[in-house]
Amino acid sequence: MSTDVVDKGKRRFLTAATTVVGAVGAGFVAVPFLASWMPSERAKNAGAPVEADISKLEDGRMMIVEWQSKPVWIVRRSQQMLDRLPKLNDNLRDPASENVDQQPEYAQNAHRSRKPETLVLIGICTHLGCSPTYRPDIAPADLGNDWLGGFFCPCHSSKFDMAGRVYQGVPAPTNLAVPPHYYLTETTILVGEDGGTA
Amino acid sequence: MSKIIGWVDDRFPLMKMWNEHLAEYYAPKNFNFWYFFGSLALLVLVIQIVSGIFLVMHYKPDAELAFASVEYIMRDVPYGWLIRYIHSTGATAFFIVVYLHMLRGLMYGSYKKPRELIWLFGMFIYLALMAEAFMGYLLPWGQMSYWGAQVIISLFGAIPVIGDDLTLWIRGDFVISDATLNRFFSLHVIALPLVLLFLVVAHILALHEVGSNNPDGVDIKANKDEKGIPLDGIPFHPYYTVKDIVGVVVFLFFFATVLFFFPDGGGYLLEHANFVASDPLKTPEHIAPVWYFTPFYAILRAVPDKLLGVGAMGAAIVLLFFMPWLDRCKVRSIRYRSKIYKINLAMFIVSFVVLGWLAMQHVTPTITLLSQVFSLLYFAFFIVLFFTSKNEETKPVPDRVT
Amino acid sequence: MMKRKILTLLLAVLPTFSYAAGGGVHLDSAPIDISDMESVKRGANHFVDYCFSCHSASYMRFNRIARDTGMSDGELRENLIFTTNEKGEPTKLGSLMEVAMTDAYAKEAFGTAVPDLTLTARARGADWLYTYLRTFYADPYRPTGMNNLVFPDVSMPNVLSSLQGIQKAVYKTETRQGVDVETIDHLELAQAGSMTTEEFDVFVADLVNFMVYLAEPVQNERRSLGIKVLIFLVIFFVVAYLLKKEYWKDVH
Repeated sequence: MSTDVVDKGKRRFLTAATTVVGAVGAGFVAVPFLASWMPSERAKNAGAPVEADISKLEDGRMMIVEWQSKPVWIVRRSQQMLDRLPKLNDNLRDPASENVDQQPEYAQNAHRSRKPETLVLIGICTHLGCSPTYRPDIAPADLGNDWLGGFFCPCHSSKFDMAGRVYQGVPAPTNLAVPPHYYLTETTILVGEDGGTA
Repeated sequence: MSKIIGWVDDRFPLMKMWNEHLAEYYAPKNFNFWYFFGSLALLVLVIQIVSGIFLVMHYKPDAELAFASVEYIMRDVPYGWLIRYIHSTGATAFFIVVYLHMLRGLMYGSYKKPRELIWLFGMFIYLALMAEAFMGYLLPWGQMSYWGAQVIISLFGAIPVIGDDLTLWIRGDFVISDATLNRFFSLHVIALPLVLLFLVVAHILALHEVGSNNPDGVDIKANKDEKGIPLDGIPFHPYYTVKDIVGVVVFLFFFATVLFFFPDGGGYLLEHANFVASDPLKTPEHIAPVWYFTPFYAILRAVPDKLLGVGAMGAAIVLLFFMPWLDRCKVRSIRYRSKIYKINLAMFIVSFVVLGWLAMQHVTPTITLLSQVFSLLYFAFFIVLFFTSKNEETKPVPDRVT
Repeated sequence: MMKRKILTLLLAVLPTFSYAAGGGVHLDSAPIDISDMESVKRGANHFVDYCFSCHSASYMRFNRIARDTGMSDGELRENLIFTTNEKGEPTKLGSLMEVAMTDAYAKEAFGTAVPDLTLTARARGADWLYTYLRTFYADPYRPTGMNNLVFPDVSMPNVLSSLQGIQKAVYKTETRQGVDVETIDHLELAQAGSMTTEEFDVFVADLVNFMVYLAEPVQNERRSLGIKVLIFLVIFFVVAYLLKKEYWKDVH
């Protein structure tokens, strides 16, 4: 080995430069591998907007459609059900739907829907992802006298009212989510898209 | 920083390992072009493991779904095509790099005392790699996957007495089937990679125990300074790390060129017939193994007897294991060996390449004759070596590297 | 002496090399350009009009074509998607390009299963497709009344004959090993179709161009990404090489 004077500054600079370029390269290489975990075209197609025909849905009944492999509930609420909604406000965590992540703007109202009678919700409990059951009955033995109809999660007893609003004192933190949707016709709803009115 | 390292060092030999294998591992200073391929083989191993891990996340090892799941990766998974091409190009790169690495060993006598075990571990790596590549090739479940596996597994049928039962046991069915696909998948993604990793570690540990050979075949440990450091040695880190980075970048340039511009390699890397889903009732017109197996396949085809053909093919690989003992010359490097050895090795390389080409041709009488000639030349290498190497006329070997 | 002999032997086998690809039949080179997305788009229309009633392309999604060729969802529905799903709803834009014909039905109708065409261009090559689609000729001994130069005794009828017209084979006699053998010399147009030969060649070229795209839709993206990667590696090389040179001053 020769003992000539070593230009330490140059070495440090070149080492740093190679490290930086190498790190940038490693970053680029990581992109496709990380991206491959994103939903594939197959998943996106399965999760594409779905049409729901609500012409046969009667007052007080619920139908379920599948969107992005999640249950989406469509409930036709009777006038009495709508009238009962404000009565619960004091028992709810977020009665005015102020948490904007849980519904599109057009559903941020007293009935949490585009049309008052038709409620569209993602049927997944905001606590830990179970699917609550539809309990339109009033004051049943197991849910107590305060129950004015709504959704009850059997996993950890979270309660939601007939607009998917969460009760106080249950584990679920937020209201049930309203998916993007719009009316294609009077009786068909497209779930998964806002129809440009978001 | 040094505090943390100290804390770790009290509990784990971190700096000790760093020094033994990198900072204070003294490698001969005269490594040339041929010495890039060891580190490159390690790089390709990492590339294959990482890309393979991600492919397994989307691939379905099921005879009904496998072919479609590969196209799903190629089309529907974000960047799936890139990951798949990395893996398929990586297989070819692995063999190119390993063949050049082995040729380096042959040229500079790196298999000779005291490095016999390094060579043996290396040969076992090569064997495991062939098994790994063969089983991986079944997974796309195209026509070549299917019929290639059919042919190779049938080779075991040549073994007397147990042959037929053995092939049945390997397949787990009367033909290649879902059962075969599943066991090959398991071996390809779990068992063989574990074996490969173990062997690679053994290969490197053995190398660092005795020290690297060099293009002159000189023992650098014979001349040390007062501190016990070889006079012709330089620490692997930083000198060979910075040099290997250059090698890696050049390699990646070629790798990316194939990957992005010629991923099917004109039908040699991804064979045309493998874009047709496997069909047990219809053999493709022309079956040739992927290029890295072709020299041995040509030897198999050259012998007009099933058992002898399989035997010859096996011998072509097994003989390489015995290189440390077949070559009885004391001089390591080709630089100081006789003309006979040089011609012999050159003929060996030529016959290996020509055999590889012959195996991809349709069988005609000329092709068969040529295959026989070059198979004989291939084996002649070992025989000539054994008989000429003991009293070979060699040139004087220098004391120090040049 | 030895070397010369080997060379002669090698030269003797060279013809087999060029033959291996085409199965012995001359293939016309397909005049296609995969970066020409307008041609791919026309080809996609031809494909849906003439191939897609029997052949599926079941690894491909409709909306992928739209995305790659710059079609809107509306255009896609108008030009390429005419089918409904099993419930009678219109096929989703992101559906796979599958046809309803079952293998069993196809076996009855054509005597063989109808192959999926997604990957045919990769399995057979563009030149093969381009030649195949243009070399149907009348053959009264075939059930469809048609035969093909590069795919003898093919089961598929010539679905393009209304465009191309009908070709007939012109034979010549060759003597092989003392036996007279009749072989096809060339094909001749016996009955004109709605297109001239030049127009028809362009039509087939567009169709083949689409099928080459179909076999690997990512190929244009692949090449453009490749150039960027190579440029990056050149930069990396310069830095790494300077670093190596600097350190190796110690050694030399």
